[in-house]
Amino acid sequence: MQIGVLHARIRLEEKLIIAELEKRGVDLKLFHIEKLPFSLDSDGALETFTQVDAMLERCISHSRALNAIRVLESWGVTCVNRFEVAEVCGDKLATNLALSQAGVPVPQARVAFTPESALEAIEDLGYPAILKPAVGSWGRLLARVNDRESAEAILEHKATLGTYHHSIFYIQEHIAKPGRDLRAFVAGDQVLCAIARYSDHWITNTAKGGRVENYPVTDELREVSLAAARAVGGGIVAVDLFEAPQGLVVGEVNYTMEFKNSIEPTGCDLPARIVDFLLEVAEGRELIPTPAPAGQVALSAVAAQGRGGTS
Amino acid sequence: MTNTTDTSTTNCPECDAPLQREEGVMANEILPCEGCGAELEVTSLEPFTVELAPEVEEDWGE
Ligand SMILES: Nc1ncnc2c1ncn2[C@@H]1O[C@H](COP(=O)(O)OP(=O)(O)OP(=O)(O)O)[C@@H](O)[C@H]1O
Ligand SMILES: [Mg+2]
Ligand SMILES: [Zn+2]
Repeated sequence: MQIGVLHARIRLEEKLIIAELEKRGVDLKLFHIEKLPFSLDSDGALETFTQVDAMLERCISHSRALNAIRVLESWGVTCVNRFEVAEVCGDKLATNLALSQAGVPVPQARVAFTPESALEAIEDLGYPAILKPAVGSWGRLLARVNDRESAEAILEHKATLGTYHHSIFYIQEHIAKPGRDLRAFVAGDQVLCAIARYSDHWITNTAKGGRVENYPVTDELREVSLAAARAVGGGIVAVDLFEAPQGLVVGEVNYTMEFKNSIEPTGCDLPARIVDFLLEVAEGRELIPTPAPAGQVALSAVAAQGRGGTS
Repeated sequence: MTNTTDTSTTNCPECDAPLQREEGVMANEILPCEGCGAELEVTSLEPFTVELAPEVEEDWGE
């Protein structure tokens, strides 16, 4: 059994996963994504890559990871996560679309390509509205727009100062969540554990002083998280959820999740669970989730429950 | 003071603080400098060398 890890900088997460793989005695190969070119020739596949039974992708750069997985899959390498998953999760617009198509509850979202049409979308969703780059993470360049004047200013700044990405205006309805958001860690068809992240700032994941606590895996959380994971193509993902008045909604899904602060509060050995899943995949476990219409039925039941008061 | 033939030590490129290669450290690992707090990336284990970690890019994240 040979396992590959495609990486760039080694964060604590990668270190823990690598230590776990070593502990299991698997034949481990590390591939630094920045250190070698990938040939696109039809016979360009490198044996060092094609020999691995599964490749765990743990790169910090989305665009590099995405393109590397694209090439590796063309060589027949089994990647965790799959190209489709990276493509959908790496782009919040694509994620929102995939989730809403699958009937998973999401914040209402709009995309607009000019400041004028973006303003129209914001006014349609109502204030406050959330503007965020479709590709990005760690809470960077998120804006909560409270009124028309700030909307006009932010849109003008984005159009003038940003790269072309910032003129793809991705706008979300603001969810009036309690001072926390939730995250469920999913591997295949299993929710491993969940956390709540608290902060006084509206950006509850990254703001300073944000604190992490264990969150029980309730039926609703499990249903919604698994449906979200399935909708983006399965694998090992972290589903970020908000508690909306009508029930849980999925903000986004992360395909190269960080988890170092979640191990202690949950008591869940996430590196070990990730390795368990990876080894199953290496042994031939199917990575593509089977479409489950039953899941959607369960979901709407949950959503109806969540609306409360009426039943 | 730094022993130039000792391949397990180096200095912070930002503040020049002496840095010792700790047990279990890996190539490409990110370490904070204890002197100035700068994020350093281990570029080689033997000899032990570090560089300032690159700035966060737009598409970085989870
Ligand atoms: N529509 C929204 N309504 C209310 N709060 C939101 C909304 N969108 C984002 N937030 C807040 O901002 C945080 C970061 O949002 P989001 O996950 O979209 O950004 P990110 O840059 O991908 O961050 P990360 O990679 O750390 O998850 C969320 O955890 C939540 O607290
Ligand atoms: Mg996020
Ligand atoms: Zn220093």
